Amino acid sequence: MEISTRDLLTVLHGMGFGALFMLAFSGAMAELYRMSAVGAPTQPSSRGQTLLACYLIGMAVLAWLTVFSGAYIVYPWYRAVPPAGVTDLAEYPRRLLLSSGRTSEWHNVGMEWKEHVSWLAPIAMTMVAYVTLKYRRAITRPRRMRTAVLGFAVAAFIATGIAGAFGAFLNKYAPVRGGAVIILMEGET
Amino acid sequence: MSTTQYGRGGGTDEEALPNGPAAAAILAAGIGCGAVGVLSFAGDASDSIGRMLNIYNPTGTLSGVTTVAIIVWLVAWLVLHRMWRTRAIAMGGINVAAFTLLLVGFLLTFPPFMDLLQGK
Repeated sequence: MEISTRDLLTVLHGMGFGALFMLAFSGAMAELYRMSAVGAPTQPSSRGQTLLACYLIGMAVLAWLTVFSGAYIVYPWYRAVPPAGVTDLAEYPRRLLLSSGRTSEWHNVGMEWKEHVSWLAPIAMTMVAYVTLKYRRAITRPRRMRTAVLGFAVAAFIATGIAGAFGAFLNKYAPVRGGAVIILMEGET
Repeated sequence: MSTTQYGRGGGTDEEALPNGPAAAAILAAGIGCGAVGVLSFAGDASDSIGRMLNIYNPTGTLSGVTTVAIIVWLVAWLVLHRMWRTRAIAMGGINVAAFTLLLVGFLLTFPPFMDLLQGK
């Protein structure tokens, strides 16, 4: 069982950071909605508020790690230009997708949207974490502040969902390959 | 936009905090998201802008789009925070502006919508 360094870092970008952010989202939304719902039976304790703030800061950090690792580690491998004369495009995912009309829109629509829209998530989550941390229990009172916080949190989820879904499909049709091989386990032949 | 001045050095209870810092953060987030959209569109529509935004060649135009958008977002946040940190701000207009800019961010990063605007 082996994996290349590029495979490993792509998995870290998509599953380690991006998917973990998506998984964390449901918990954050449930708590933000619960504490801000009209007629909520109980107000969260100070300790509960601190935990929520830490949780949201963790999510914002994950969102930033996802976009920076994607843009500055994985994306350069994806858009690498093959040297003249190379006909096997397996290690040049962008060129591989663009080489056929049946796959080119995965790049022209999928990657082009994913690479930009994903950046809305960390900006939105940073704001959500900041406002929640600063106002703590008071965030339950002003309806419009609450609406903005919940709305931007949902927008962060949608942006990450778009990026994650296209990322999964792109990795299916034109995976990032290459790099040093790491042998994880050796079986019997 | 109506605002109310709060005194500085008030109580520590967050219930007494003016909403100005939240309004600044929310509107700045909208501005940051809108900037991602506008810069993505500009980089796609104009080759010269695209080249200017290519500040790190392995990542291409995306490097400039996102770096400039982050700077715009943080500067907007800093300026708005300094203006509104002790004020109560009417949040209705802030929310409309922030969500409109967020929508701009989604639409102007969507390639078919970019193509539609460029008549492609």
